[in-house]
Amino acid sequence: MGTETIHALRDVSLDIQRGEYVAIMGPSGSGKSTLMNLLGCLDTPTSGLYELNGANVSDMDDNQLAEIRNREIGFVFQTFNLLPRSNALRNVELPLIYSGMDAGQRKQVALDALTSVGLGDRIHHKPNELSGGQRQRVAIARALVNTPSIILADEPTGNLDSKTGEEIMALLEVLSEKGNTVFVVTHEEDIAKHARRIIRIRDGLIASDETKSKGKGV
Amino acid sequence: MNFFVELKEGLAIAWDAIRANKLRSVLTTLGIVIGIVTVTLMATAIDGMNRAFRKSISVIGADMLYVNRTAWLTHTEVEWLKSQKRREITLEQANAVAKEMTLARAVAPVVGMNQSVIYKTRSSSSVQIMGSTDQFLNTSGFSLGEGRFMTAAEADGGRPVCIIGLDVATNLFINESPLGKKIKVGPRSMEVIGVLAKQGSFMGMQSLDNEVIIPIQQLLIGYWRNPDFQIQVKVAQLDQLDEAREELRGVMRKIRRVAPGDEDDFAINQQEQFITMFNRVAGTIAGVGLLITGLSLFVGGIGIMNIMFVSVAERTREIGVRKAIGAKRRTILLQFLIEAATICLLGGLVGLVIAWLFTFLLARALPVHLSLSVVGLALLVALITGVASGFFPAWRAARMDPVDALRNE
Repeated sequence: MGTETIHALRDVSLDIQRGEYVAIMGPSGSGKSTLMNLLGCLDTPTSGLYELNGANVSDMDDNQLAEIRNREIGFVFQTFNLLPRSNALRNVELPLIYSGMDAGQRKQVALDALTSVGLGDRIHHKPNELSGGQRQRVAIARALVNTPSIILADEPTGNLDSKTGEEIMALLEVLSEKGNTVFVVTHEEDIAKHARRIIRIRDGLIASDETKSKGKGV
Repeated sequence: MNFFVELKEGLAIAWDAIRANKLRSVLTTLGIVIGIVTVTLMATAIDGMNRAFRKSISVIGADMLYVNRTAWLTHTEVEWLKSQKRREITLEQANAVAKEMTLARAVAPVVGMNQSVIYKTRSSSSVQIMGSTDQFLNTSGFSLGEGRFMTAAEADGGRPVCIIGLDVATNLFINESPLGKKIKVGPRSMEVIGVLAKQGSFMGMQSLDNEVIIPIQQLLIGYWRNPDFQIQVKVAQLDQLDEAREELRGVMRKIRRVAPGDEDDFAINQQEQFITMFNRVAGTIAGVGLLITGLSLFVGGIGIMNIMFVSVAERTREIGVRKAIGAKRRTILLQFLIEAATICLLGGLVGLVIAWLFTFLLARALPVHLSLSVVGLALLVALITGVASGFFPAWRAARMDPVDALRNE
């Protein structure tokens, strides 16, 4: 704990279009977590500008950020981060509760999201009654349910075996093809190669930014 | 998200959290339960005390003035000794008051003494014998159960008649009507012409049913030649109580020839003196009692605060997830406030049930019941305790940085 200010990211300039499927890669300490926090509106930059859908996120206060996250961002975490005491349906309903949707509509929308990830028959299961892959699907359904601008997946396969990991990546790919903007933060090449654009971060700087031509990804 | 929805969601979350940590919730709630039980019982006891007092004090009507040689509530021994040296209040003075008072509805001279009462083989010792006039029925507020009260003519001399209290009647007469029977009051024989209805007791001490009322002349002739009288004055209108007291004072000073500038050699007593004294004592008891019992509630509140800090720390990650998903500060704050308030309200409800059971024990000593206002107050206090003790932990949760909270393992 020093008093010296560390800039986790410097001179990062990115322009991401709607519908892109982007992998952010980098070793630990590279600043990719910071980038993810900024993109996910969990944090604001000390200097610089972040515009999301034309709105300047950089100047927003806590409550505005919460609203933006609720509307625009769907998070998928490495450790799933489901609420342990709530069943799958209620976990997926959570963003809708915070956005103020009424109960009847909420249930239907959440049910649709769970069905779309193939868990329509598991809605009353609690997280500890589901497998790792199923939990991550619930998390993806939760990320999707508010039809956000961005789905932000932080090491989504990190706690899964490789076969299940592939299934999850395939699911994200389907979402991407349906027109969702998807970010995957990872340090595994195998995972990153699913994306059409790979941004590599090293020491807080963008080391490379390559886009594959369409149709080439897996 | 509107407030009502937040409240509903908050309650659902709180209920989940409480159920997930049953033992902990029970132990935490115990502090509040004990706090609410003690506070509620104390409030109920004070309420009962007030009730008992008001019931007793109604024997002394609010519209009554009592002239005595001494004040009822003398404050020092010196004052009391001085008042003992005053001249007696006589029947003539009482009669003069009756004649001169314009603001009085009824004036009755009263003298009390103790005698034993005998009927055939049965006897009652130490019965309160009251010598008075026909006006006594008006000033005392007593009501007649059966028979009749004495007439003015009977009061002024005439026949040896008496009106007996209900206890005296039930003690002396078994399976026969007392009316028309002759009883021996001390050495003299009196005919029972009336029986009083049940009067209860004064301040829970002196029974008002163990009494025999006899004409004042009978008392003067047969028992006590120069007694010290009390003059009972019932004022015509309650809102003229103060004027009536001043008039009474003037009349008494004139009758007893008190020189101008000298202080009164009599005292005018009234209900208000008792009420003032009682309120002072009761206020002190209530203040001290509620303060002490409030302390136990305070300790309970500290327990809640402690456990809420633990709860917030344990659920740091959950808070992070909720924030990432779009929960605002207010939402998180409310969630934990509701959790604390729910624990306290549950504790309050359990406490009330226990207190309610205890009131049955308390009811043996005081006329108590758990009043609706005390119930409402107890629940309000429980709610306030919950919100107050939950606020700081909830505030900490609400202000958490989502990035840090999510990183928490």
